[in-house]
Amino acid sequence: MTRTREWIYAWLLIAPAMILLVLFTHYPAVANLWHSFLSTPKGSRPAVWVGADNYVQLVEDPIFWQALQNNLWYALGTIPVSIAIALLMAVWVHGKIAGRGLLRLAYFTPTMLPMIAVANIWMFFYTPEYGLLEQVTKGLGFASHNWLGSKSPALASLMVVTVWKEAGFFMIFYLAALQSMSPSLAEAAAIEGASRWYFFRRITFPLLMPVTLFVLVNAVINAFRLVDHIVVMTRGGPDNATALLLYYIYEIGFRFWDSAYAAALTMVLLAILGLTALFQFFVLERRTHYQ
Amino acid sequence: MISASHVYDSRGVVHGLETVAAWLLGFLWVLPLLYAFWTAFHPAEFSTRIALDAPLTLENFVKAWRAAPFARYFFNTVVLVTMVLAAQLVLVTLAAYAFARFSFPGRNLLFALVLVQLMIMPDVLIVENYRTMTWLGIKDTILAIGLPYMASAFGIFLLRQTFKTIPRELDEAARVEGCSPLGVLWKVYVPLARPTYIAYALVSVSYHWNNFLWPLIITNSVESRPVTVGLQVFASTDQGIDWSIITAATLLTTAPLLVAFLLFQRQFVASFMRAGIR
Repeated sequence: MTRTREWIYAWLLIAPAMILLVLFTHYPAVANLWHSFLSTPKGSRPAVWVGADNYVQLVEDPIFWQALQNNLWYALGTIPVSIAIALLMAVWVHGKIAGRGLLRLAYFTPTMLPMIAVANIWMFFYTPEYGLLEQVTKGLGFASHNWLGSKSPALASLMVVTVWKEAGFFMIFYLAALQSMSPSLAEAAAIEGASRWYFFRRITFPLLMPVTLFVLVNAVINAFRLVDHIVVMTRGGPDNATALLLYYIYEIGFRFWDSAYAAALTMVLLAILGLTALFQFFVLERRTHYQ
Repeated sequence: MISASHVYDSRGVVHGLETVAAWLLGFLWVLPLLYAFWTAFHPAEFSTRIALDAPLTLENFVKAWRAAPFARYFFNTVVLVTMVLAAQLVLVTLAAYAFARFSFPGRNLLFALVLVQLMIMPDVLIVENYRTMTWLGIKDTILAIGLPYMASAFGIFLLRQTFKTIPRELDEAARVEGCSPLGVLWKVYVPLARPTYIAYALVSVSYHWNNFLWPLIITNSVESRPVTVGLQVFASTDQGIDWSIITAATLLTTAPLLVAFLLFQRQFVASFMRAGIR
């Protein structure tokens, strides 16, 4: 094949995927920016240029700030805990433990369930008066709580669900890394007389760093991408205590049909994801070496 | 599995404590599920009361199945998942082949453009994609649910990595025998990448079986709703709060994937591992 023919061949191979990517990823990202400077068309009134109006509205919108703050707390609350539990799970089911296969299954199963099913199951778990959690806490003599219906524990209750769902998924990656670690490392360390904790802290954990960072980036994306359980369990309530950014976008865009303001909100979400990408590209790719 | 060194496995009392802790965590992890099973398989009066003599029943499943068109929802989900996977496999294979084995101007730029989708997934571009689907006139169709996901950056990336590990000599040998580039792809690359295909297929199927927000937004009728959205419509509007029936419906909609997972759990776990390690 001549060079030009090879070029054309390659472009043709890529074209179908590229067209769809442009249509449903690149174009919407750019169009979203454009639409965030227009007004929402209403009835016969078409959209008009409004400059930064939507962004002014955004800055002055207390619910937006609350959703953003909720989302940051949600990320901060779920990510370190699920990573720590995932690591613990992986170490346990990697070692010699009775019933290892069953344990792996128990830890991993929530990952296979749809978030929406998980949300339904947990909602029942949290039900005031009747739910299992209520029965246990009442049995232990604690006061009754409305876990999802009152402002302070609602977001934390959702975080528990997320940790439950994600820890097993992250465990898999740690387990894969642990299994591929050379056994001679441990043997050499043992000869040198390193304690178990010392070995974990100075050898295992640093060697798992690429996995931790990979998991971290995924967890951050998920914290901003996945709001299925909010739709089912709380609808952002009570009093916006559990509104996350994407859920708020959904409310504005598809319950109030204010597409222009939803576009401005989406820009904030895209900026957060963009920052995550930059962090991954410039910090992680430089500091860790894969293979 | 490589034989791991066990010099740092816990021993004695510590080992006992760790085993207990691991099992406690495991129990905690399956507890919500066990509770759901209990509720779904017992009459409503036992849904909040654990009693050893409670009679087992399938009544809740029957009621749930009759109360909403779950058969249709299942059909829609199967169509959706099959369509998305078929399109993904074709598009991803072609693009990954080009990125792995061809040199052409703009390769790095195009690959960077592909990778953008790893960060900005269709899940967050709901407002604009809804607008596009309205413009295309395909709102409220199964095609509209699947279309944004068909060109998968994750798939292209994963397969490109696999294709790159295949020795070029095989490729050249096939070409000497007169294979066209597409013939080489089909006869050499695709068969050798089988484990990656299986891994990718499992991840894709479970993702789209479970996907919710976008289908919720873009569908509006029984004819196009996948089972996740059907479940939510059912649970939030039709039922009030009959937990036994809602839980039965929840297990019902999850059952095919859960059963498949339990039967093939080794492959599932291995596939998720393979898909995660780059």
